[in-house]
Amino acid sequence: MNKLQKFASLALALPLSIALAACGGGATAPAPTTTSAAASGPKSGTVTVWCWDPAFNIYAMNEAAKIYNKDNPDVKINVVETSWDDVQTKLTTLAQSRETKQLPDIFLMQNNAFQKNVINYPEMFSDFSKSSVDFSQFPAGVTAYSTVDNKNYGLPFDNGTAVLALRTDVLKEAGFTADDFTNITWSDFIAKAKVVKEKTKKPLLSNTSGSGDMAMMMLQSAGASLFDENGNPTISGNQALLKSIETYKELVSSGVLTEVNSWDEYVGSFVNGNVAGTLNGVWILGSVQTAKDQSGKWAITNLPKLDGVTGATNYSANGGSSWAISSNANYELASDFLAKTFAGSKQLFDTILPSSGAVANWLPMADSSVYAEPQEFFGGQPVFQKVIEFSKQVPKNNTGVYYYEGRDAVSAAVTKIINGTDPAAALDEAQKTVEFAMK
Amino acid sequence: MSTLATATGSGGASGTARDDEATPRRGRRRHGIEERRNLTGWVFLLPAALLIGAMSFYPMAQAFILSLKTGRGTRLNFADPLWYNYQRLLQDDIFKLTVQNTFVYLIIQVPIMLVIALILANLLNDRNLRFKGLWRTAIFLPCAVGLVSYSLVFRTIFATDGLVNDMLMGLHFIDSPINWLGQTGTARIVIILGLLWRWTGYNMVFYLAAMQNLDYSTLEAAKIDGAGPFKTFWYVTVPQLRPMILLTAILSTNGTIQLFDESWNLTQGGPAYTTMSMSHYLFELSFQKNPNFGYGAALSYVILIMVAILAAIQMKVGDKRD
Repeated sequence: MNKLQKFASLALALPLSIALAACGGGATAPAPTTTSAAASGPKSGTVTVWCWDPAFNIYAMNEAAKIYNKDNPDVKINVVETSWDDVQTKLTTLAQSRETKQLPDIFLMQNNAFQKNVINYPEMFSDFSKSSVDFSQFPAGVTAYSTVDNKNYGLPFDNGTAVLALRTDVLKEAGFTADDFTNITWSDFIAKAKVVKEKTKKPLLSNTSGSGDMAMMMLQSAGASLFDENGNPTISGNQALLKSIETYKELVSSGVLTEVNSWDEYVGSFVNGNVAGTLNGVWILGSVQTAKDQSGKWAITNLPKLDGVTGATNYSANGGSSWAISSNANYELASDFLAKTFAGSKQLFDTILPSSGAVANWLPMADSSVYAEPQEFFGGQPVFQKVIEFSKQVPKNNTGVYYYEGRDAVSAAVTKIINGTDPAAALDEAQKTVEFAMK
Repeated sequence: MSTLATATGSGGASGTARDDEATPRRGRRRHGIEERRNLTGWVFLLPAALLIGAMSFYPMAQAFILSLKTGRGTRLNFADPLWYNYQRLLQDDIFKLTVQNTFVYLIIQVPIMLVIALILANLLNDRNLRFKGLWRTAIFLPCAVGLVSYSLVFRTIFATDGLVNDMLMGLHFIDSPINWLGQTGTARIVIILGLLWRWTGYNMVFYLAAMQNLDYSTLEAAKIDGAGPFKTFWYVTVPQLRPMILLTAILSTNGTIQLFDESWNLTQGGPAYTTMSMSHYLFELSFQKNPNFGYGAALSYVILIMVAILAAIQMKVGDKRD
């Protein structure tokens, strides 16, 4: 009966079978194995991991397993491919039905969702205080995403530092180089991009319509957030935000940014060469590099900065993710594994960087020779060393518990403003929406 | 349904018979047979009834209790006042917008779909039509396609550089591609088109099935009396299909109010929530944003009440015509 109760409570909020079916994915999580390991010496057991991208974080996890297996041949790392949406849905469902036994040992979580999950469901996480991970070796701005009440709940994995990637051959046609787009302001950018558009018919940027990511990157580049230190929304009358949205509107109306409808269309826009650049977290370079025919024709640089906003910089971030240890984990094994790989193996990051573009947050990597190597795809630029340099200058962002509510309200505001609503009024409405959600 | 009603009805009668000590022998024997028949009926009903109770009604009761609670994560308490979540819905602008969206779909899509389904069914019911099986299968087939996969195909077709834009530009109807899914009006049209494509054949099959039961002589009589195809359809076929039309109207209304996949896969509810359905909002509240299951449960109950009211109205209207 207890089992039944738990199952039923899973379906609680959803008398609609439709919604249930949509959660999909199937709840067949493999039962985590519990094996005790000696405190020292080679360990044994199985570590189950949920993460989502075969070319990126799954690949990295498998490489980490190989490295760990050299000293601990009896440890099996079992990676279960679970899309981020599914990870979030499964965590919520398991927490709500109190079935923490179904959790894997380790799961990957988007940095922006970390606060929300830890604060809502602390019973799902184990903090890193009993592990040997040295968090001073990570940038404070990155560990802040997964720190709640001064406890670290996440080990930063990939770097979300924002880059502006441009097609140098297209720029050349219009008489520019990538240097012309370095350390500039957005008004400079728009002026130059208009020239490129005129001469080559190609917009420089694309973005999914209705997605506020671009505006959020601009906002963070000025050291501003949607929330203050105490988690209260600061959307209404936020000058940096207003300027970000106005800039975005100008990008769209001047035709140098083309709006598309889905992620695949977005990636297609620059892979197919219809758009001559993109602005996103450094992880986007993985997608950029799938266009093998464009090798040598790309370069990266920093972001344009907002005009007339105090604290504006040329650096920002978007996304990035961190590893979490679940409350159901074989803690000793899982934490030792993470500490010796993602927080302690140069070899790991040197291996995964060239093939997947996974840039480390782990600071000791800054002087790695692999990171300094020129990248043929990017015309011989030492792209990754640049990214690490950028990452040190990224201003901190307060995500808070209601980050997604804030982002979505702002996204809706961006859409409305582009369609002609008064910006200040649209932001007031967004503020109200977020305040309503927080009630 | 009707067997259930008779079974319980006679069960009640036999109950009174048992109480009466002075019942004659004949009566007792009849009562024994009825009781056994009654029992058999219940045995057949029991597994399904238990499953429906455990899987449907128990969660529904729990969901109602949940809809009275607020709190963070799993730490939920009864709200003060109890109906707080319902009160909150009345102030929620996004919820009001999603109700409006859902009713736009309902009011435009369901009548069009049912009329097309009726016409198609009538055409395919023609005795002289060749390759009937082929046509029927072709029109019914979209129904066998997964909701998600067809949504993705529609999204690709209506992409900025998709098939529809390429065709329209090739035929010189438009100069620059239309951002179908990026504007409120066109995005709603795409969702409605998707729903029509997916569900028309499904309703057609209901009508076709009902038409098999029509007495062909009524159609023949109409023809002899000089009625053309339209008059035959309108005055002879449609009135006889009324119960089936009522059923499909209720099913479609119910389905549209619970619309989720199209909103989720085609537009993600955008631009600015203007194509989001109520169920999509419910999902977002529970799983994507800061989880608020109590509020989500309240929303699901409001959807239930809406479905119930609309079904009741339709049944009333359907009855009056008789």
